[in-house]
This record gives sequence, structure tokens and C-alpha cells, in this order.
Amino acid sequence: MSQEGKNLSRRDFLKTTGIATGTLVGGGIIGGLIGYNTNKKSKPSNNANNTTGHDEHSGIPARMFFMSQTDFQVLSNATERIFPKDDLGAGAIDLGVPYFIDRQLAGNYGSNSREYMKGPFAVGAPTQGYQSHLNRAEIFTQGIIALEKESKKRYKKGFSDLSEKQMDEVLTAFQKDEVKIPGASSAMFFGLLRSATLEGAYSDPMYGGNKNLEGWKMKGFPGHQMAYISEIEKDEFKKYEPKSLGSI
Amino acid sequence: MVKTLPKVDVVTVGVGWTGGIIAAECAKAGLKVVGLERGQKRGTSDYQQIHDEYRYAIRYDLMQDLSRETITFRNNRKMKALPMRQLGSFLLGEGLGGSGTHWNGQTFRFLPYDFQIKTMTEKKYGKNKLSTDYLIQDWGLTYDELEPYFDTFEKTTGISGDGKNKHGGKRSNPYPTPAMKTTPLLKKFEKASGKLGYSPYMMPSANLSEPYKNPDGEQINACQYCGFCERFGCEYGAKTSPEITVVPTATKTGNFEPRFHANVVEVVKKGNKVTGVKYIDTISGEEFIQPADVVVLTSYVMNNAKLLMVSNIGEMYDPTTGKGTLGRNYCYQILPGASGFFDEQYNTFMGAGALGMCFDDLNGDNFDHSDLKFIHGANVALTQTGTRPIGTNPILPDTPTWGAEFKKQSIENFTRSLGVGGQGASMPHKENYLSLDNVYKDSYGVPLLQMTYNFTDQDKALHKHISKKCGDILKEMGAKTVVVNSDLDQYNIVPYQSTHNTGGTVMSLTPEEGVVNNYLQHWDVDNLFVVGAGNFSNNSGYNPTGTVGALSYRCAEGIIKYSKKGGSLV
Ligand SMILES: Cc1cc2nc3c(=O)[nH]c(=O)nc-3n(C[C@H](O)[C@H](O)[C@H](O)COP(=O)(O)OP(=O)(O)OC[C@H]3O[C@@H](n4cnc5c(N)ncnc54)[C@H](O)[C@@H]3O)c2cc1C
Ligand code: SF4
Repeated sequence: MSQEGKNLSRRDFLKTTGIATGTLVGGGIIGGLIGYNTNKKSKPSNNANNTTGHDEHSGIPARMFFMSQTDFQVLSNATERIFPKDDLGAGAIDLGVPYFIDRQLAGNYGSNSREYMKGPFAVGAPTQGYQSHLNRAEIFTQGIIALEKESKKRYKKGFSDLSEKQMDEVLTAFQKDEVKIPGASSAMFFGLLRSATLEGAYSDPMYGGNKNLEGWKMKGFPGHQMAYISEIEKDEFKKYEPKSLGSI
Repeated sequence: MVKTLPKVDVVTVGVGWTGGIIAAECAKAGLKVVGLERGQKRGTSDYQQIHDEYRYAIRYDLMQDLSRETITFRNNRKMKALPMRQLGSFLLGEGLGGSGTHWNGQTFRFLPYDFQIKTMTEKKYGKNKLSTDYLIQDWGLTYDELEPYFDTFEKTTGISGDGKNKHGGKRSNPYPTPAMKTTPLLKKFEKASGKLGYSPYMMPSANLSEPYKNPDGEQINACQYCGFCERFGCEYGAKTSPEITVVPTATKTGNFEPRFHANVVEVVKKGNKVTGVKYIDTISGEEFIQPADVVVLTSYVMNNAKLLMVSNIGEMYDPTTGKGTLGRNYCYQILPGASGFFDEQYNTFMGAGALGMCFDDLNGDNFDHSDLKFIHGANVALTQTGTRPIGTNPILPDTPTWGAEFKKQSIENFTRSLGVGGQGASMPHKENYLSLDNVYKDSYGVPLLQMTYNFTDQDKALHKHISKKCGDILKEMGAKTVVVNSDLDQYNIVPYQSTHNTGGTVMSLTPEEGVVNNYLQHWDVDNLFVVGAGNFSNNSGYNPTGTVGALSYRCAEGIIKYSKKGGSLV
């Protein structure tokens, strides 16, 4: 299966692009081919967070954003409810999603560095989108505090000690915007949490999630393939061994 | 201290498709051109690690940095406009090539009907087909007059097409390259829509079917169907973009200098002429005046309108009195459609940005609207642009959007669901317009552009009618379950819809009706040209860039004429 996926030889590739026939734009294309067709196994470029023990470097996973272990566990359990382990395969925790989110919150995503964050801030209509003065990192922090608080209020237990059903009830209350969070809405926090979980499950493993490409394997997504030109006219459905960008 | 630079013949604000075309044509004609671009330089060699959905399709790495500048938005005049703090509904471009770097490449010509929409609608359906709240007007240029410019744009870009559209305007030449591959999915749509009486044809594509050298000598390579196209740059140089065509064409004349990190904040006007533009070097923080004989606004719909407004050029539209033209006729795109769920698995992850099969039987006035409460329609298509796992999670209605059932269905349906959709035309309405915000500012202290926009009754009726037809096609294609898009409600700026914003700086036959004449020359200021989809007085049932490209060639011709003779060109 994986051999079939590497169906295009470098020579065929040059032929079909027309590069061989003449002009080459820059030097980039050929450069991008180096390593293509090698049998190197795809490997996430960052293995610090391996929790499944497949990696020789695995040790204690490092965190960049969350300080408190309790908060990180709340995050982990919440992502697992959004994307649970089942007979199809890994859930958010085994995919490394919590660590993916931790890193994202420590970077541009968390600090909203490419979003308009100037005031004045006002509560808008839902059609006007994100209007919080808090950035995503702050919203996650407040959201996680609120998840813990709401759990204690409802069940006199921390979020991580709840049953799955109870966790779902709390998360549903957030999704429906029934819980108050200072500076943001619980629905907005839930929306961010849900998207970040899917992003962690399905982004290239170089970001720390989608561990061992399990997310892509489950979904039948081939990841980074050079080209489908020689396959796209065929009737059969084609299975690929997914490849990470880190494998080129 | 503002530093004044040596004067040039032509300065453009932005170097995307419009700016690139103006630069290439003017530089070839011997004019000295400077292109001021707020973003960075980039090109094919920068796209070698581009197959990264998270960075490019989700975090929008190639697009506008909103921390510096955005727009404000409200649905109607009673609401308070608030900033669009994150990208969503549309994805604004930034950097060399503009949105032309990460577009899909679906390249259509608008219909003859679009250009004479008022005359033709009234002739067939009388004066009261739409209420007077809808500001439809003729464009001041017919399809036939624009045809040579469409032809030039298609040759520059090497568009791949089969020329089988029965409903299009007359063509002087066939497409420069043959259509892309007809994949099993496209064939399925072709068969079903043909059976229902429609006339399918291959979508005209700027992802080229074969290697092509354009008349300027630029090489465009053959598309590899890599599935990372819409929202990505092309690592093969196979998706025609400004940075592989018009920009090198302009550069090799020796008459063109693109200047990066140069954010224009004002068009400088003196008497009834403009003398140049003021810009900020966003790296050094220095301010400059770039004097020029001709100023061309090529900064997309939003900033073309904004720069005129902040520079006090032209009369702002007032929705209460209906007076003024600047900001009027802002339109968008209506997206009717349906999803089909199948038992079989399809290679949906393979694809290219403009790989599709479509028909125009439900577009323009190609069908009778006598008993319908709307005019115009949509090009209806099945496209195979390459599904990706973060963005594509198809679930049946009433399924929870997270948890076990969500996971199961979204995985199961990833390769088992197909969409048929239309790009619906959008008609101008007196309450939909662009203006200046009086609260929020960009990083340079300039007011943000304000958008007041909502879907109209016309939009809702069009959407309902075409969505149902899309559902019928999916049934014919053998879908096990068909889910027709629910009715249009309020316009919401959060979910992605389309980067086909139009209007605000419309072209017209008379100064009363628009901002620029049919050479895209400003009605009040002879040496100022404004070009882009902002010139459309209504949006069609297609993607805009084929028509934007044609208007850019028309505009370049006007600038060259003006540089010889001066004065108004009409
Ligand atoms: C994801 C996506 C897919 C698309 N697919 C299609 C498609 O399939 N078919 C189609 O027809 N169209 C498509 N479009 C639309 C198409 O990309 C645009 O119509 C086209 O690129 C517009 O060209 P332009 O030159 O008017 O504007 P742009 O490409 O936006 O270029 C404007 C340039 O001006 C610069 N600029 C703006 N303000 C300033 C300032 N103040 N100072 C200096 N520089 C400034 C910007 O940085 C930018 O580079 C798509 C767009 C997107 C985002
Ligand atoms: S699909 Fe084709 S045109 Fe688009 S990025 Fe891939 S190779 Fe380039």
C-alpha cells in the first residue's frame, strides 16, 4: 500500500510538470524533490510529548503554556470528550492534542498576534464574531477555571473527577453559553476548544498532535503527497500510507 | 518628517492581479512604474513546504495581518459596527501576488446580461421586476466591448477550458489550453446534470492542464492535482498567479520597481489632480511621498474604497438620500447548494482549485424568471478541490458537533460526501454599502472601512430556488441522503463564504451613476484610476477574477492613452 502511494518517479514528475521541457522557476521545485521517493519513515518532528511510548526519546512531556497540572488535565479530559478514543482509533489524548494546544497557546495563536485587538471593546451580535478583549490564551485560562468551577458547583467534584456523562453535561452547558466567564462567553471558549481539538487531531504531526499520523490514518487522509496526477482519473478508491511534511 | 521621492510615471497601490497587470502593460509601453505593496515579496520557491493545512488554510498565513488593519461590520444601519477581529467570511490578500497567490483559479467571463442588467431585465420583465430599493444599473460597457480584454487575460493566464458552454458570450478565440482531467466525480455530475436537462462543461481553470508559455514569454507549468490549492501557493508554478506571470513581465522591462512593506495611507490631491501617494515603510516606520503622473488604486475592493474616502476624493454615498456614489452597490456572493452522502468512497482528497464541472442553465437570464421573485442565478458546479481533514467534517443534520457520534460520522463521511453548489449572483441594495468608521482605526491612525451588509429578499429567493435544484442533482447522482442548504438568514461575518466582494467604486456611463468611467478613470480626477471587483455594479453568478483581469487590461490601455494625451478618456 505504501509503495503504491509513491507512484510517481522523479523523472515522471519532471515530465508531467513540463519543467524538463524548458524553464524552471527559481530552483525551488527541484529542491523540493530531494528526499522524495526515499523510504524514510515519516516521523513527527517534535516528539517531546509522546505518551504512547512509541518513541525512543520519550520522557516527561514538556509544557510551554500550562503551569498547573490540574488545569492541563482539565484541558486534556475536555479534548478527549470532544474527540474520544473509540473502535476507530485514538482519541485526543493519545493523539497528543493537549500538547498541541499547549504549544499553540504559547505562540501567535494564543497571543492573537494576527488579529485586530484594538479597543473599544463591545458586546456585538453573533453575526459580528469574536469581540472579546481577551486573547485566546486568556480565554482558555478563564475557560478552564470556569469548567472546574462549574463542575464543583454541579457535582462537588473537579472536572477531571467527573464521569464521562457529567463531563459532557458541563461541556454542553458551555456550548449553549449557559455559564459565565469573565471577559468572554462560554460558547466562544467552547468553540475555540472544539476547533483546537480538531486542529490538534488532524494537523501535520510537526505541530505535536496527530501522533504517529493516527488522526490521518483514521480519517483516510494521505497528508502530504506530491501529486495525484497519475491517480485522479481512476475509478477505484485509493488508500495511502499518510506522509508528514517532516518526511520530505 | 515625510520624505518626498523622485517622481515616476505610474504608481500602483498593491501588487496583486490588478496591480501586476497594470505594471506589466505600462512598463512594456515604456512608462516607469512603482508598485507599492504592504506585504512581502514571495514566489514559487517559497511554497515548497506548502502542504500544511493548519498553517495556511486554518491560520491563514498567506493572508492579511488583521492586527494592522481590518474593517468594521454591521448588518444594518441601526446596529453599531464592530471590527472584524479575525478573518472569516472572506480572506483578504497581502504580499506579492495578493489573493492571486492563494486563489483557486476558477476563471470565468461574466455574462453579456451582467453588463446590461438593467436594460435587459426591464425589457423582458418590465420596470417593476425588482423594487427600486435594488440599485441595478448597466455597467457602461458591454460584453462585446470587453471581449478583447477577456481574451488577453485568458492568454496571459493560459486558461484551460473546453469551450462547451452554450450560454456564454461570444468568444474570439478558444481557450489557450485544453480542459483539465475529467475525473470520475466530475463525470458523475456531468451525467446526472445532463440527464436533468442541463448543459455541463468543464470549469475554465488557471490550474493548467499542460505546460504553457504565455505571449509575454512567461512559463506556467502543468497542474499536478496536489489537493493543496485553494488558500495555498503552488509549489509547481502551475497555478497562474501574478508572481509567475505579470510581475516578471513587468520586471524584465527594467521599468518596474515593486516596493515591499509599503503601506499606502493617502492619495495626495491638489486641485483637480492627484500628485502621488503617501505611504509608510512598515519596517523602518518612515513616511514617504511617492509622486506620480498617474495613481492607480489596485488594492482590492476594501482599500480602493477606503483610500478614496480617507483622501476625500468623490462624494460618499448616503443611503438616506441616495446621493453620492462612493461606497454604493457593495455586493457579495450567495451560496446555494446541497450535500450528498454516499455509500461508496471517493478520492475526494485529490483535486485542484479549479477542477470542476459546471453549467449555466440556471445562471443570468438563461432561464425564465417570470414567475420567480428574483433575477439572475448561479453557475452550478461540482468541484473537486481536495478535501482536508481539519476543514472537512461532514455530518448529517441533528448530529452533535462533537463527541463520539461526531467523530464516527465525520470520519465515515470524509470520503463519502459530495457537494453541489452554486455561486449565486448578488444584486445591489440601497442599504448595503461601504463607508468610513468613525471609531476604529488601523495601525497607522487611518479610520477603518465600515461595511453595512445583509442578505436581501432577492438573495433569499435565489438561494432557495437554486439550492433545491442542487439537491435534485445529488439525488440523480445516487446519493443515499441529500441535505439541501437551509434558508438564508442574516449575513454572518464569521464562517468562510467567499472572497468575492464587489462594488463600492463602480464604473458607469455617467458621473451620476458611478465613481469611474469605463476606462476605470475617476470621473472627477483625470489622472486617478481605480480598478478591481469594486467596479462591478452587481456581482454575477461566477467568480470575479476573469472579469477583474479584463477590466485591468482595459484600465492599462486607458492609462497608456492618458499618458500620451491627458484629459478625460470618455
Ligand atoms: C481563497 C480564495 C480563493 C479564490 N478563488 C478564486 C477563484 O477561483 N476564481 C476567481 O475568479 N477569484 C478567486 N478569488 C478571488 C481573487 O483572488 C481576487 O479576485 C483577486 O486576487 C483580486 O485581485 P486584486 O488585485 O483586485 O486584489 P488582491 O489580490 O487582494 O491584491 C491587492 C494587493 O494590494 C495590497 N494592498 C492593499 N491595501 C494596501 C495599501 N494600503 N498599501 C499597499 N498595498 C496595499 C494587498 O496587500 C494586496 O497584495 C479567491 C480568493 C481567495 C481568498
Ligand atoms: S492543485 Fe495544481 S495548480 Fe493547485 S497548487 Fe496543486 S499543482 Fe498547483
